[in-house]
Amino acid sequence: MANEKSIILKIQRQPGPDKASFWETFELPYRKNMNVISALMEIQANPVNAQNKRTTPVAWECSCLEEVCGACSMRINGRTRQACSALIDELERPIVLQPMAKFPVVRDLHVDRSRMFEDLKRVRAWIDIDGTHAAGPGPLISPHQQALMYILSRCMTCGCCLDACPQVNSRSPFIGPSAISQARLFNMHPTGAMHKDLRLRALMGPGGVTDCGNAQNCIHACPKNIPLTDSIADICRQTTRLALFGSLRK
Amino acid sequence: MGGNGKKVIVVGGGLAGLSAALKIAESGALVELFSMVPVRRSHSVCAQGGINAATDPHGQGDSAWEHFDDTIYGGDFLANQTPVKGMCEAAPAIIDLLDRMGVTFNRTSEGRLDVRAFGGAKFKRTAFAGATTGQQLMYALDEQVRRFEAQGLVTKYEFWEFLAPVIDDDRRCRGIVAMSLDSMAVRAFPADAVIMATGGPGLVYGTNTTNSFINTGSAAGACFRHGVDYANGEFIQVHPTAIQGEDKRRLISESVRGEGGRVWVPKDGKPWYFLEEWYPAYGNLVPRDIATRAIFKVVYELDLGVEGRNVVYLDVSHLDPAYLTKKLGGVLEIYEKFVGDDPRKIPMQIFPAVHYSMGGLWVDFGQMTNVAGLFAAGECDYQYHGANRLGANSLLSCIYAGFLAGPAAVKYLSGLQTLPDAVTLLQQAEKRERDANNEWLKKDGSENPYALWREMGNLMTENVTVIRENPKLKLTDEKLLEIKDRYENRAGVPDKALWKNQPLAFTRQLENMIALARVITLGALARNESRGAHYKPEFPDRDDANFLKTTRAAHSPDGPVLTYEEVDIQFIPPRERKYDVEK
Repeated sequence: MANEKSIILKIQRQPGPDKASFWETFELPYRKNMNVISALMEIQANPVNAQNKRTTPVAWECSCLEEVCGACSMRINGRTRQACSALIDELERPIVLQPMAKFPVVRDLHVDRSRMFEDLKRVRAWIDIDGTHAAGPGPLISPHQQALMYILSRCMTCGCCLDACPQVNSRSPFIGPSAISQARLFNMHPTGAMHKDLRLRALMGPGGVTDCGNAQNCIHACPKNIPLTDSIADICRQTTRLALFGSLRK
Repeated sequence: MGGNGKKVIVVGGGLAGLSAALKIAESGALVELFSMVPVRRSHSVCAQGGINAATDPHGQGDSAWEHFDDTIYGGDFLANQTPVKGMCEAAPAIIDLLDRMGVTFNRTSEGRLDVRAFGGAKFKRTAFAGATTGQQLMYALDEQVRRFEAQGLVTKYEFWEFLAPVIDDDRRCRGIVAMSLDSMAVRAFPADAVIMATGGPGLVYGTNTTNSFINTGSAAGACFRHGVDYANGEFIQVHPTAIQGEDKRRLISESVRGEGGRVWVPKDGKPWYFLEEWYPAYGNLVPRDIATRAIFKVVYELDLGVEGRNVVYLDVSHLDPAYLTKKLGGVLEIYEKFVGDDPRKIPMQIFPAVHYSMGGLWVDFGQMTNVAGLFAAGECDYQYHGANRLGANSLLSCIYAGFLAGPAAVKYLSGLQTLPDAVTLLQQAEKRERDANNEWLKKDGSENPYALWREMGNLMTENVTVIRENPKLKLTDEKLLEIKDRYENRAGVPDKALWKNQPLAFTRQLENMIALARVITLGALARNESRGAHYKPEFPDRDDANFLKTTRAAHSPDGPVLTYEEVDIQFIPPRERKYDVEK
């Protein structure tokens, strides 16, 4: 990509949840080593659009800026990803920024992902410890098992997989890949496995694991390379087993 | 309403806030948890390397006492020894608890928790989960708190920003005022016990920090402006190894040195491993302040920066790539992702960046500030790191302090007599903060708050980081007063919306950042010695006779007023801190 002297950003803006969206173009001086975040920060410090008219800074969500918090997901040139790791030098220009499409817009590039945290409640994404008192170490876990669990546990609740999934939309109750993968993670843990049926039952009804259409977009969208389709397949097997044999175990 | 009738407000949802919330909810009391971001996105996720506890899984003879001694020595004897001793003794049980919560700690071949080496420690005692230990601990605590949220004991106020504590005439905390970052609504929330767990103030240094964009220190600064004392503000840790970025500095974890990474610059056509030459006993594993000053010396005094630029090499290319991926995959991935080179093949280019504040709100040994009922825990307190923090002690201190503060707040409520009604007080505070917002929305000043912030950040970075000189510190404070004046009289919010107005929130934060910048600068000016992260060439030695003391800053209309307090040194007598020989 040629290092022209300026960068053009086309940003889809929306003043609030029930307002109409519109496009606004910005032209910024090029510097080496910029990312999308530093371009948005430049607009904050000098909110003037390409028509040289004063405007408001663009609203977006960010926190860690090193791709571990999951906050700054947005559509960049049509692909949902983290803005902090989107390096200007590696992007086609002009750069097009849009909010994620599968979540309600709060303002500009800022969307409401609270449903993802509610979904973690639904699948009981936690270990049911007896309490925080001293009760010795946890169960032994092999290095191999730890490595698998760690990969799943890096999910940042960023929403990229939901945004990429054709089965996730405003008319569908599908819980989406990330919560299913978290259920798999907690079912893998020796203590978590004691309550695995509760997690599986939460994923057996409407909006559960069978709503997956196997488009496989999620694995390509995940910035942490989490094997989401493996997780979905695994949970599918677990729910099938529970449906077939669950009543016998009681 | 469930619970046992007690209610505690926790401000901040990082490790310290979640730890406190967990203990409070477990006791049956209600928690109202306020956070600027969904708690799972708090800055604690950034900690990479690990968490210290003397579990001694390899039978090397480590003990809580060794951990305690390393922490006190590393902190150059400025930390109060009783709380640090308590923390180090509690550490192994905290690790066990995290293990039971399902943290994906790396394992030994027997399936127990593995440990790695870290700076300033003579034993391997750092438990870790890949290269994102902070993230993994955060998730475990977030999950446990979510469990109590599902039971109705925890109510989260996410995307709410703390604006001020509400303090009555008897110096008791009666609640907080907070602002919705969606509707911008300002509301007072009553509570007779409040825990501040709001993290560090890295953004006082602009973008020259490894901190998250949310780490403005604003909440702690607001407490300070309302009469909560701030201690040891001048002790700011600069991390030796960070990648230079436009939007922030990105940390390359100390674990890279722990796993065998070597720091060098080319000299006379050959690699010069200056840390190994200067500090043979610890080599590349000297503490952060020592490594930082060595890099500054090599780059600025000896003019040996790589290719004439302000960077040095951090090299792991001599190590086995498979080993590197296994032990440091996540850290190396950050470098690859944000720079574009593969550190397995090409040495990384790094330079120091502002990383952590050892100073923070003054607290007693039970985490209570000088305002009754107002507690602080985590990076926003000052208690556990003295003049310099050891790597992998921050996650520990956050959890430990949260575990102390939560029960301490509940105990405080139990012992409380019936207090006079605070309704009017809360209404007044709410109105004051709402009026402040309205004032800002009316102002049409030409100075952009973000530009002003950057200017302040560069000023602070240049003068109040690694090398501190009194004439420059004096000048810095004068310039801070000038920035304060421009902020008050010439700044304008570049957005008038009453919905998701991020510039308005940032403008409010800037006032508190300026207040903390002055606390840091004036604390540094007054401390005429060198200790831990605080280094003055004019006064190159530690001066225990005059400065083995905690700096305590109190707010006044004319600026911070400094007093000094004795340090608790009852267990380990101060000795010279040297890393060229074994301690």
